[in-house]
Amino acid sequence: MNQSVNPADIHKAIVEQQKIQDRKKLMVNGVLLLLLLAAPFVMYPVFLMKILCFALFAVAFNLLFGFTGLLSFGHAAFLATGGYTTGYLLSNVSGLTTELGIIAGTATATLLGLAFALLSIRRQGIYFAMVTLALAQLVFFFFVQSEFTGGEDGMHGIPRGELFGLINLEDNLNMYYFVLVVFIACYLLVQRIVSSPYGQILKAIKQNEPRAVSLGYNVDRYKILAFVISAALAGLAGSMKSVVFQLASLNDAHWHMSGEVILMTLVGGMGTLLGPVVGATFVVNIEYQLSQGPLRDWVDPILGGIFVLTVLAFRSGIVGAIETLVKRNFR
Amino acid sequence: MTMIFGVPLAVLSGQLLIGIINGAFYALLSLGLAVIFGLLKIINFAHGAMYMLGAMGTVLMFDYLGVNYWVALFLAPLLVGTLGVAIEYFLLRRIAGQDHIYSLLLTFGVALIISGVLVNWFGVSGLRYSMPDMFKGGVNLGFMFLPYYRAWVIVAALLVCFATWFIIEKTKLGSYLRAGTEDSQLMQGFGINVPLLISLTYGFGVALAAFAGVLAAPIYSVTPVMGAATLITVFAVVVIGGMGSIGGAIITGILMGVIEGLTKTFYPPASSAVIFLVMVLVLMFRPSGLFGKEA
Repeated sequence: MNQSVNPADIHKAIVEQQKIQDRKKLMVNGVLLLLLLAAPFVMYPVFLMKILCFALFAVAFNLLFGFTGLLSFGHAAFLATGGYTTGYLLSNVSGLTTELGIIAGTATATLLGLAFALLSIRRQGIYFAMVTLALAQLVFFFFVQSEFTGGEDGMHGIPRGELFGLINLEDNLNMYYFVLVVFIACYLLVQRIVSSPYGQILKAIKQNEPRAVSLGYNVDRYKILAFVISAALAGLAGSMKSVVFQLASLNDAHWHMSGEVILMTLVGGMGTLLGPVVGATFVVNIEYQLSQGPLRDWVDPILGGIFVLTVLAFRSGIVGAIETLVKRNFR
Repeated sequence: MTMIFGVPLAVLSGQLLIGIINGAFYALLSLGLAVIFGLLKIINFAHGAMYMLGAMGTVLMFDYLGVNYWVALFLAPLLVGTLGVAIEYFLLRRIAGQDHIYSLLLTFGVALIISGVLVNWFGVSGLRYSMPDMFKGGVNLGFMFLPYYRAWVIVAALLVCFATWFIIEKTKLGSYLRAGTEDSQLMQGFGINVPLLISLTYGFGVALAAFAGVLAAPIYSVTPVMGAATLITVFAVVVIGGMGSIGGAIITGILMGVIEGLTKTFYPPASSAVIFLVMVLVLMFRPSGLFGKEA
């Protein structure tokens, strides 16, 4: 005998399920937050800040690559532009508070992102990757030849200054919590974007662009906006990085850096929120560990090997693999 | 001395010659990229590394085995081509059904490995390769001095470009290639061994890059990192020309080399950026590229 099922009950069950899920997520996030708050008392704060800056960089990149399906091979340009602008302003404009310097760096990277976006979305697929790579190389040449960047030597001794003119950022703990707040704010912003109707359209574009067009969406405008947001966050990451290390160098503008952020996103799990954070942590740690050991000269080939292995056998990345595992075993 | 726009004619024609030679390299490299793209639909990010392997291979085979230039001219492309076939067979083939972006990232990883290992063995300073004796010296054309080797580079590059064009457009094998570009599944249905064709195409494409590398060995600084920067420039050239046609790739390559040479004469600071600026202009006014059909 089949009993008739009340649709309201189904709805109730789904809502209940959702609540449990949300509570679980909240707990995981709470634990992560506590860990991040306590971390500088256990580990070296500058190293943690390095991870956070690269994590933000990767989160920014993932918004474009993982959620919109656009592979930019030129994100180093935004990281470097943010870093150099902030570094230059903080070093040369007296009385400028740190947050204004960072905002200015982010704004410059945003504008550059708009220029990149307008040019590169005229081509699709692999051409898009080539155009962004070539444009980033143009930016690299600009930084190499400009006087203010210090060329090959880089820009040294950028003052950390005082946040809002009040909080002394020379203190590593203050600096760490500032970076952490900015990072969490950006992470939540990306989370919000991805789950918003706008984010759904981005996913639709990723899955099937012609379909999105035929549904009446002005695909180019959505893509440009995603690119600009991504560039802005990448610029912010670069600005903060230059303040943390008091250094901005050509390394940040090199194509190698664009490749590294792809690797971080891929290893962590593209198209997942936590993936780029895990990936950045992984890659920064690997690079650090290798640079301390006998393999210090082999960082590049090892990163290349990780690249190849990930693409061949591990395309969903660390977070993607864990998600599948959880889904399979704990339903 | 004859002057053109305030520049001595000899200087101008000298830079033009260098421009044409650089252009010949751009043409050879973008040709290889276009051939690979045609059948595999991927951009080979390892192309710069293969070009570098051609040049490094020439120098190392001479230093350790005494292999002379002419043998290297055949052997290096053959070895690199074999490596290419292996890469296609063991790596690229495994992810053939996936999104093309993965194949692109795979070749990027391969490039990192190859150049990283060679940097460790040989450092980043340039290796020396002495010019073959028969190419020493040159001929005075009256308005300029033309070194024999540079003349040979232009001739060799153009010959190989022409041969490639001929194979692809005029032979039976080429017709398979073109058919595979259109619809490889249908072609497999006609009993043609498409997987083999794909392996050979990738091998041939990277062999072209290695051939360019051998030509470059006596005139450029040979280092394990020589490929990366060149490849990015070639990407810009490919974006400008589009990969729709073989002829288009060749013409665009040489044209861009000449433009670069001219810029070096008249406004040197912009010479490294000019090709990228041309790319920006092309994207603004003719987004599908000079010879491109696809968007």
